[in-house]
Amino acid sequence: MEISERRAAITGIGQSEVGRRLGRDPLELTLDACLAAIEDAGLTRDDIDGLSTYPGAMAGQPGFTGAGVMEVHDALRLELEWWNGGMETSGQLGSVINACMAVACGFAKHVLCFRSVWEATAQGKGGRGPIGGGAGAAGGKFRASGPMIEFTLPFRAYSAANWVAMFAQRHFHEFGTTREQLAQIALNARKNAALNPNAIYRDPMSMDDYFAARMISTPFCLFDCDVPVDGATAFIVSRAETAADLRRPPIRVEAVGSALRGRPSWDQFDDLTTMALRDASAMLWERSDLSPSDVDVAELYDGFSFITLAWIEALGFCKRGEGGAFIEGGQRIALEGELPLNTHGGQLSAGRLHGYGFLHEACVQLWGEAGARQVSGSPQVALAAAGGGPLAGCLLLTAD
Amino acid sequence: MSEKPFRVLPRVTPQNQHFWCGGAEGKLQFLRCGPCGSYVHPPAPVCGKCLSKDLTPTAVSGRATVATFTLNHQPWVPAADHPYVVAIVEIEEQPDVRLMTNIVGCPPEAVHIGMAVAVEFEEHEDVWIPVFAPVDA
Repeated sequence: MEISERRAAITGIGQSEVGRRLGRDPLELTLDACLAAIEDAGLTRDDIDGLSTYPGAMAGQPGFTGAGVMEVHDALRLELEWWNGGMETSGQLGSVINACMAVACGFAKHVLCFRSVWEATAQGKGGRGPIGGGAGAAGGKFRASGPMIEFTLPFRAYSAANWVAMFAQRHFHEFGTTREQLAQIALNARKNAALNPNAIYRDPMSMDDYFAARMISTPFCLFDCDVPVDGATAFIVSRAETAADLRRPPIRVEAVGSALRGRPSWDQFDDLTTMALRDASAMLWERSDLSPSDVDVAELYDGFSFITLAWIEALGFCKRGEGGAFIEGGQRIALEGELPLNTHGGQLSAGRLHGYGFLHEACVQLWGEAGARQVSGSPQVALAAAGGGPLAGCLLLTAD
Repeated sequence: MSEKPFRVLPRVTPQNQHFWCGGAEGKLQFLRCGPCGSYVHPPAPVCGKCLSKDLTPTAVSGRATVATFTLNHQPWVPAADHPYVVAIVEIEEQPDVRLMTNIVGCPPEAVHIGMAVAVEFEEHEDVWIPVFAPVDA
């Protein structure tokens, strides 16, 4: 089997200002990240011949997307050979995986990938909103239809917090996982965020603080839920043989995972203790001779804390059901531990850049540019994974 | 039943009408495949197991088991009854047919995985929302 994604490399990264309620034009934030990534790679916009994003332009959920492919294409007057945007792909990083395919197939040489959000500003002072607006802006006349919401919203399950909480609860039931164990995802993120000047929440958090937080949807308290922000992240995915001429040593794509072998559903998936990430993880290791013990740093999606635990199990850092014991005490997942995890603070403390933040941090760590939070010993292999429920995509990356 | 909470209602279509409106006759209904007998949910034009199009809305017993649940505390929309229980139940006839639903008729703290429950319906405009209450032991 040819592992075609090895024809792809990440050659540049960029990030806009990230913060709570910046009140800035989301397209401008997006372009800031895109231009930073182009410059970081040592390219100009004339070199960009592909464009990819998640989820692209969409209506009805303010803040969830800051720009679509066409807006960025036009604002930068790009000349494209290939472009792609949409939500029906293997999670947020599906857009990057698609870019890897595009360069591997020779459709494009340098694909600009971006993801932007402005959820903090969109939510204003009202806090986190329900999916689809819940009550609906249309005077309560909104009717739920379509696979994601027809069978959730009528049952008052307004948020992915509810949906993911039920997976966590089932995991607790089957394997004896506890809130004390799950708390380590949040505590570890906060500890790392203290070392990241761009993180949102940097004050220390104790186990007592965690247990004092208000409940959102059992077993999740506030600190199990990520923090909405405004900001954008971008990458340049280049055809590997062009990468040698660029500014940075390329980051190699060793393998990707995009599989969804179970039913694409929050409630009909065959195993309620795991999610699509089980399948994406399996596919990734089927495509590489490396193994979990080779991974020097892991950046695993934490839209809700339990999703990270599920990724840890699915990726084989421990056995199924043993994730709680694996993270207990937090030593294994600490910066100096055997599996440094979410080294920037994750979405729980560094902000919900929605998947792209994990890949960004994986690159920063492989380039050795993480400053106070740099994993020691020059990490050579990193895992970046994003998505929960039926959405999941992951990339195994190696330093050149 | 106490005062009905606000609900976002589903859009009723010819394809899902048997499910959302079956409660008018006190029936929890799913599409059932003629050739292989399996229940198909959510509604689809073909059976996911054998691909037959011979599907007929069929009432089930309404008995189910709680597969998992959560107590929702967060006021996503205004409501007087926080925390309320969101659950996924498995229907007695075919456990891999699951419903996200609410558990009513007991204190939220009493709900547990494995709990035996039975359907009841909450009427809202033109739909009957299937919720579940504990079956007395």
